[in-house]
Amino acid sequence: MAIGPMTAGPMTTASSPAGGRLELPENVVVSRLDELANWCRKNSLWPMPFATACCGIELMATGASKHDLARFGAEVFRFSPRQCDLMIVAGRVVMKMLPVLQRIWQQMHEPKWCISMGACASTGGVFDTYAVVQGIDRFIPVDMYVPGCPPRPEQLIQAIIDLQDKIQAEGTITGREFDTSQRQLRKRALVEADEFLVLDAARNPNVQRSLSAAART
Amino acid sequence: MPYVPPAVDDVLAAVTGRFGGLESGRFRDQTSLTVPESQSLEVLAFLKELGFDLLIDVTCVDYLEYRGAKHRYGLVYLLTSTTTNQRLTVRVFVDDPTSPDEAGPTVRSVVPLWQAADWLEREVWDMFGIRFAGHPDLRRLVMPEEFTAHPLRKDYPLQGRGERHNFPVISRDHS
Amino acid sequence: MSIAPPPRVPLASGPAAAPAAERSEDYLWTLNFGPQHPATHTTLRLVLKLEGERVVDAMPEMGYLHSGFEKIGEHLTFNQYVTVTDRMNYISPMANNVAWHHAVEKLLGIELTPRCRYIRTIITELARISDHLLCNGAVGLDTGAFTFFLYGFYQREVIYDIFETLCGARFTNSYTRVGGVSQDFTPLVIEKIRTFLKTFPKTLADMERLLTRNRIFVDRTKGVGVLSREEAINCGATGPVARASGVARDLRKDEPYLAYADFDFQVCCASAGDCYARYLVRMAEMRESLRIVAQALDNLPEGPVNVGIDQRAALPTKRQVYSTIEGTISHFELSMSNRGFEVPCAESYGAIEAPNGELGFYLVGDGGECAYRARCRPPSVSHFSLFPRLIRGHTLSDVVAVLGSLNIIAAELDR
Repeated sequence: MAIGPMTAGPMTTASSPAGGRLELPENVVVSRLDELANWCRKNSLWPMPFATACCGIELMATGASKHDLARFGAEVFRFSPRQCDLMIVAGRVVMKMLPVLQRIWQQMHEPKWCISMGACASTGGVFDTYAVVQGIDRFIPVDMYVPGCPPRPEQLIQAIIDLQDKIQAEGTITGREFDTSQRQLRKRALVEADEFLVLDAARNPNVQRSLSAAART
Repeated sequence: MPYVPPAVDDVLAAVTGRFGGLESGRFRDQTSLTVPESQSLEVLAFLKELGFDLLIDVTCVDYLEYRGAKHRYGLVYLLTSTTTNQRLTVRVFVDDPTSPDEAGPTVRSVVPLWQAADWLEREVWDMFGIRFAGHPDLRRLVMPEEFTAHPLRKDYPLQGRGERHNFPVISRDHS
Repeated sequence: MSIAPPPRVPLASGPAAAPAAERSEDYLWTLNFGPQHPATHTTLRLVLKLEGERVVDAMPEMGYLHSGFEKIGEHLTFNQYVTVTDRMNYISPMANNVAWHHAVEKLLGIELTPRCRYIRTIITELARISDHLLCNGAVGLDTGAFTFFLYGFYQREVIYDIFETLCGARFTNSYTRVGGVSQDFTPLVIEKIRTFLKTFPKTLADMERLLTRNRIFVDRTKGVGVLSREEAINCGATGPVARASGVARDLRKDEPYLAYADFDFQVCCASAGDCYARYLVRMAEMRESLRIVAQALDNLPEGPVNVGIDQRAALPTKRQVYSTIEGTISHFELSMSNRGFEVPCAESYGAIEAPNGELGFYLVGDGGECAYRARCRPPSVSHFSLFPRLIRGHTLSDVVAVLGSLNIIAAELDR
């Protein structure tokens, strides 16, 4: 458990900001507020199951007795967005359902995270048709993608563990990590811009590098 | 040995006696009866009296890209009798209307005969654009109300025309 | 999106039977139930008009999972589309695979080998057990019995283990192929099924002890959502929903397909037509499925599981491909995109008794390797359109019981 640096022993010592040494009793830990908040948040993620299709059954199986999701703190599958902090979109999202998904995402309180479970939620999956949204990350910010059709419960549990690591590593108590306007713009550029597909060396520096490598040989 | 369904010759004979000659076909133990649209409701009502009480399905096939097709839309009514286990397929062929005033082909609804046709006909309207006259509540079933096209027609592309991504984007700092 | 007022359909008999013209509807309270709700079993929507706790009218809405399955069917070959049929009734995908290939083989005119018929029967019955466990488990969960649901889910994990040993996937198996199946039964699979047959009856008895005579459950489901026999037939209900209303129709007995004619089993019916009857019918059907699987395993015929090379439907084995000229030719003909199966330019309908009802596919062939039209006839559509009739006059808490007992799978409903 990463609660900041501390030394073991009945009487711990820590350095104070002024440079002296403090004597701490055994029942006192010192940590950063962010890490403490992250530890609390990651170990009590309450999932909001947005189960639409087959991945929903694997989500239920992950919560059932054989692969128990309650071990990771995700005991309560509250179906109210006001009471949850992790939305697991399990299954394909069609265009009739997308406004519902967006409204539920907006109703959730911060800090909130989103796992896109399965191939259909991540990219549209098998269904490249007129009705299925080709990836919910086009319309909702997603933190974790779980591949599979459907993913095994162990994969979903791994995704939750990875999300817990992400929360521990990046989280802040005030939610500053959610102000990602710069990152969002760059990610949208990946989806929409075709400069990355352009093989014109003048516009795409990566192509420039490979051309010169080939020219060298 | 494989199951052979009961013969429907007596049914076909009764229908022919009442309505005159109607085209019928047979493919691998399945009998189909082709009925013109003007007589469709009467023939189906007569078939219901003959014992076909379970309407299995109402669907449609768009023959736009089918070689040798004479009409564009072929409605399919799958009927079963729970008492005699006979099965019958009734075909009604319609075309796009020639006058530009009408929106799409119109067929009379069979909801007065079988309540099961209620939603099945709504779906045919949604997917193919065939109107059902006399339907109590003809509106879209599976597509959103604002959707304008009829997706299962052959001239509608599989990936759609961009409707599926026509939504606002919620980014991290907005939500 | 705006909510349209429900259509003026005359109310059925019940406490709220006064004609709508005589009372103003302003005092009725509109409640939107879904599409995101724990009890809607994924994406259904109900707009309920309530008078206090009594439901005066209900307008169901579907389409929140419509993915264009039927349009995909026009672009995928028969063996590719089976992966998509998995995703229809996703709690018993094996039954969907068997239904699809049953319809395809009827169109192509292919006769299966005896071993294949027995294998497909066994997996369909295991899928039926899996489906009923989840359906009854969901009814239990929605009425508050969480332990019942978990017991059922654990047994489904055992069935998942059997399917995973058989073909590699827990569910969404895509197990069947035209003319046969993808993997034959191995001795390990047979042993696992036998172990399941030995251990499952005890768990089923435990589950029945939990709910069948439980006062709370019986009070919540008896007399709730009554469907009369005439209504069931007129509205196109099939499967356990119709059988619980007294319609003694089961395609396994009425139009025997695969190997059902060889087995001795009963069709489970009830006459009450309420939620409790549907629950009992499904529990009884699980027992009958166990009997069928036991008989099938005892008499499993030997021999090849896929049809022979001369039928040019199933891929030949590698030994045949490398050592006989017919095998090589057949392999090439099936793999090349402009050859493939011999599909007649005709239309046919093939249906099986899926756990939910009559699941049929209406196929139009045009000589090419993809179907020209692949229409899926889902049992859930008729059942969901029945819902307003069943719920009028009942309370809000009965809505979940009735919805669960109808076993509406949104993916099959919307396709």
